[in-house]
Amino acid sequence: MEKISHLEKDPQHSVDGFVKSKLPRRSFLQFAGAGMATVALVAVGCKKEIVGNNTLADGVDLGSGDVGILNYAYALEQLEAAFYLMVVANMYSGATPGEIVYFNDIAKHEVAHREFFKNALGTNAIPDLEVDFTSIDFTSRTSVLATAKAFEDLGVSAYNGAGALLESADYLLLAGKIVSVEARHAAAIRDLISNGSFANSEVIDANGLDVSRTPLQVLAIAGTYIKTKINASNLPTS
Amino acid sequence: MNLINLIEEIEKVDSNVYDRLSPRRKAMKTFFNMGSKVALASVPFALGSMFKKAYGQTPVDLIGILNFALTLEHLEFCYYDRACGKSIIPSGAAKNAIGTIRDHERAHVAFLTSVITSAGGTPVKAAKYDFTAKGTFPDVFTNYATFLAVAQAFEDTGVRAYKGQAGNLISSNVYLTAALQIHSTEARHAAHIRSMRRAAGFAMVKPWITGKDSGIGPAAQAAYDGEELATQAGILITNINGKDIPVEAATESFDEPLTKEQVTAIVTPFFA
Repeated sequence: MEKISHLEKDPQHSVDGFVKSKLPRRSFLQFAGAGMATVALVAVGCKKEIVGNNTLADGVDLGSGDVGILNYAYALEQLEAAFYLMVVANMYSGATPGEIVYFNDIAKHEVAHREFFKNALGTNAIPDLEVDFTSIDFTSRTSVLATAKAFEDLGVSAYNGAGALLESADYLLLAGKIVSVEARHAAAIRDLISNGSFANSEVIDANGLDVSRTPLQVLAIAGTYIKTKINASNLPTS
Repeated sequence: MNLINLIEEIEKVDSNVYDRLSPRRKAMKTFFNMGSKVALASVPFALGSMFKKAYGQTPVDLIGILNFALTLEHLEFCYYDRACGKSIIPSGAAKNAIGTIRDHERAHVAFLTSVITSAGGTPVKAAKYDFTAKGTFPDVFTNYATFLAVAQAFEDTGVRAYKGQAGNLISSNVYLTAALQIHSTEARHAAHIRSMRRAAGFAMVKPWITGKDSGIGPAAQAAYDGEELATQAGILITNINGKDIPVEAATESFDEPLTKEQVTAIVTPFFA
């Protein structure tokens, strides 16, 4: 809710300031309609919190508000796209035709996601990130599939956790359009590793719910593969 | 979300907020103290009903959305549960996979039922179903290929249904996150059912949806119409920024939503 807390710092635009300057207090709700007031005030209710002891406070700033969340998604898509481009350029020996088709498809999907965010963000986009894949053995089917599984499950949990941090319903829908494709990837990769593990108890809990992670949880995991320092301290947290 | 903070903010614009919410401040105190006893999931709805009482309206019809989701989960659970009781699914990997999906749908039914109840709503019950869809799929429980085709349509439709409702939950973070967590579970199911169909040679579908191809035929087309979108937020995805993204990949890389009305039209034939 960075937008709101930002507005609060600006007396011209703060909720209280706006009301005081434009209208008598009592008439505001009558004028604006209770529905609109409810929405605005619910936003105030989830005021941005300070991220304590954030070790990621220097480096590339993802930004705040919805832009910050889109840059966060852009960072993850950069990571995934770079990984799959490496996979298809160095296909491990013994890959089945089916595996080659899937990896080529997924690489294209991730590049499409990456480029989409880049264009959608425009001048707000973070720069290209430098990746670190030294821990991955691209000649090994086991290593490639294990990394792909980790990235896809992580991506799903990241989008699931990011939805509630977005303020724009349009961006939420776009995130929703992407996360189900990431979940399809995750299921496909998991089935390549072990048929039937597409939605096992590693990722689906007793309520039938998939994993959801906060940006800080996700970036702590993804950090192993990203050389560029990322500053997530301005992201909304609720 | 800080509820006390919220009420204080309202007080700034409406000094009578406490009187509106409850004629007695004491009752409001009771509401706040209730916090520890109320399930986290029900707090946002408690808030919604509070505003409804105070101002005569609530931001969105949360219970209606949750019951819409529950309606679909009942349908899916009953479908798989009935199939599991027949000999149609080959034993081994196929039977195990359908069992896994059936168990998740059962969990979704239980979860949504509990959430709706704790939010003060009345959860819808399972209906009577006609899985032949009034004769469109007459061999749904005797022909494995038909069974998987209908399963795929249910799962892909479920994904689209949740996606279409996410925006209506944007002001209710607890519900939104749970809905997204179900949404990606359904997408995993859809991907696996599609792989099963491909592996069995029933259709050359991939785990992701290419264009608006169902691999099923006209009977299921409504569940896939609109998936062929290759432009997102005004940005053409095909060959975006000079990258090699054929139109097929452009459509596969984004799943599309359905409205409640569209979903209802698709599933209505399955209700007896």
